[in-house]
Amino acid sequence: MSSTSVPGEGQRDASLRAGFRAALPYAAVGFLLSMSFGILARDSGFPAEAAIVMSAIVFAGSAQFAAVSILASGGTAGAAVAAAALMNSRFLPMGIALGPSLPGRAAWRAAQGQAVVDASWAMSNRGDGTFDRWFLFGSTAPQYVTWIAGTTLGALGGDLFSDPSRFGLDAIYPTFFLALVISEVKDRTTLVIAVVGGLLALSLVEVAPAGLPVLAASLVALWGLRRGRAA
Amino acid sequence: MTATVWWTIAGCTVVTAIIKGIGPVALGGRDVPPRLTGVITLMAPALLAALVVTSTFATGDRWHVGAHTVGVAVGGVVLLRRGPLIVAVVLAVAVTAGLRAIT
Repeated sequence: MSSTSVPGEGQRDASLRAGFRAALPYAAVGFLLSMSFGILARDSGFPAEAAIVMSAIVFAGSAQFAAVSILASGGTAGAAVAAAALMNSRFLPMGIALGPSLPGRAAWRAAQGQAVVDASWAMSNRGDGTFDRWFLFGSTAPQYVTWIAGTTLGALGGDLFSDPSRFGLDAIYPTFFLALVISEVKDRTTLVIAVVGGLLALSLVEVAPAGLPVLAASLVALWGLRRGRAA
Repeated sequence: MTATVWWTIAGCTVVTAIIKGIGPVALGGRDVPPRLTGVITLMAPALLAALVVTSTFATGDRWHVGAHTVGVAVGGVVLLRRGPLIVAVVLAVAVTAGLRAIT
């Protein structure tokens, strides 16, 4: 039994298109971001095809940056994968939030969950605890394409930028997420949650392994239990 | 090195797929428990703000403020004035690169 009616095909296509359009700015920035990833990967000793394959099948920016940085500093594959897992740990609460909005059998739901990337997840959130999954798929599609295209350009043309930080490319990632935060802050509660979540993560940066501070910030959302009871 | 690279890619692929799949498998296809709704709606601002702050005021596992912090702040001003994301990003990059060039 589901409380939401099954959307018709018109509704589905409208959601797909709306998601696609809404994601275009993020896809454009994702192109620049993945270009800087391609450059970094080549600088770290990745063959160009490895950088491109990684973007195509891992498709998780912060995890890819973390893994490559660890290999570059002499770490093992195990350490790189562990760091990637920690960076991706935020997809755990995101997936839990999304779960009830996905229909079908377990394997099919897990497959649909692969479409989650930060911008798509945030934008497909209807704000009432449910998600528009077609909007999610529509917005992930262009981001996936530009993610691979940018990596390819960076990996193959990376020799032009031997030191990506000199060109300020490290400012892309935080600005990308800042845009998402600003669109999520709709009232005083969300503003306070964003500030407290940010401060909590920052306070853990020097003591916890990379990725954990961000995961810990999701605990701040438990404040919503209190709000749910008051409503 | 090349074998390490491919093992890393394989490992990252598997852990990412598992992590993204767990939530939907555990809680899929049900109505949202009302008490969870408030938590879900607050997760995005908390997680996304944490990503911004840790990438703006830290490098790796050290607090670090630098040219990119200023660049991101300039990009933030553009975003708060409802400027387009791509303009904010290009300005953030330009300011960061400019500051690094003169320091």
